[in-house]
Order: sequence, then structure tokens, then C-alpha cells
Amino acid sequence: MQTSRPVFLEPWRIKLPLPGVVSILHRVSGILLVLSIPFSAYLFHQALSGPEGFAATAALLGSWPVELALLLLLWSLLHHLLAGIRHLALDMGFGLDRPIARKTARITLIAVPVLLILTLALGGLTA
Amino acid sequence: MSRQASGLMAWLIQRATAVYLAFFLVYVLIHFTLNAPADHAALSAWATRPWVALGLMLFVPVLLAHAWVGIRDVLIDYVHALGARIGLMLLFGFVFIASGLWALKAIITAGLGG
Repeated sequence: MQTSRPVFLEPWRIKLPLPGVVSILHRVSGILLVLSIPFSAYLFHQALSGPEGFAATAALLGSWPVELALLLLLWSLLHHLLAGIRHLALDMGFGLDRPIARKTARITLIAVPVLLILTLALGGLTA
Repeated sequence: MSRQASGLMAWLIQRATAVYLAFFLVYVLIHFTLNAPADHAALSAWATRPWVALGLMLFVPVLLAHAWVGIRDVLIDYVHALGARIGLMLLFGFVFIASGLWALKAIITAGLGG
């Protein structure tokens, strides 16, 4: 029996299939959303605390570095949501065949930026 | 690791919480996209509507359970030094609980008219 398995871990030479891309981005977006939790809780509390707190929160959310972070978080939320729905469907046995799995992965990767632009067009990043 | 948050149970918690989070976050996202509160009075009026307040108070523990299972999986996969892994788990755990309590305090104080 072979005790040392062959290892091929050169990230730049591994071609990740589309479902793999959706999966790793699901994880990356999840980590970004987790990191936003304390800031979101703090700002939610501040905005609800009174008119001054609301104004301070609105001013902070309107500054461009924070808007950039919000854009990243909005992308994270949309990707995590759509990829999550896809993974739930896979768990229940839908879309497991490889051609369909590739197609739903492609749909996810296209739908996320489309929804992102739609959200920005309808509401903008901040109030 | 506690039996409640390991293996099959964690897998189930992750999926069950995901369903609630998906529905609630889509509602919040649509509300804030089309009808973002312009001032404190509007935000407070929204957050103190009974169904919204209940939805928000349920959202806090459900989100934290989901986030906990997720970040725990990530730490188990990538942080192999046991001390660092446990340290980070404790850090995330405390930050999650503090964030959750702070958010609940905001919802409850707004409901009491403060």
C-alpha cells in the first residue's frame, strides 16, 4: 500500500471548475460577512440611538472608503445568498449532474453582478 | 467541541438558519433599497413595528448561530495550530455574543421609546 500519496498543490496551475469558483467565493464572502458583524451591530445601535446617532452613521456610511466596504459587503451578501440557495438545492439532490451543476454555477456568477448593479441603480449604497 | 455544535447537528443548524436568513435578508435588502429610512424617526418607526422588531430579534441569534458554524468550519480547515484555533474561536465567540447583545439592546431600547 502506498503510504505517501502524490500531492499536486500549485494554485496557479490548478484550473478550478466553475462550481469550485462559486464554492470558494461562498466561503470568502461568508468570512467577509462575519468580519462585518461587530461593525454592523455598532452602527445599527448608533443609528437607532437618536437623531445625532443617525446623522453620524449616515455621514460615516456616505464617506467613500466606507462606501467601498459596503459595495464589497453587498457583493458578499448577494453571492453568499445565491450560492447558498444553490448549495441547499444540491443538498436536496437537485442539480447534481455535472452539466447542470456547471450551468447553475455560471448562472450564479452572472446573476450576482446583475443583482448588484440593479440594487445600486434602484437604491444606491446609502440613504 | 460540544456535541450540540458538531457534525450532523452543525450541518442541520447551518441549513435551517440559512432559510430564515435568506427570507429575512431579502426583505431587509428590498426595504432598504426601495424605501431607505431618511431620518432617525423613520428608522425607529420601521424597527419598532411589531413584526419587524420580532423579525430582527429572531435574526440576531439565528445569524450568530449560522456565522458560528461557518467560521468554525473555516478555522478547522485553515488554522491547524490548536492554540491559535481555540484562541480565534474564543475571540469570534466573544465578539459574536457582544455584537448580538448590543444589537438586541438597540431593538429593545427603540421599542421602549428611548
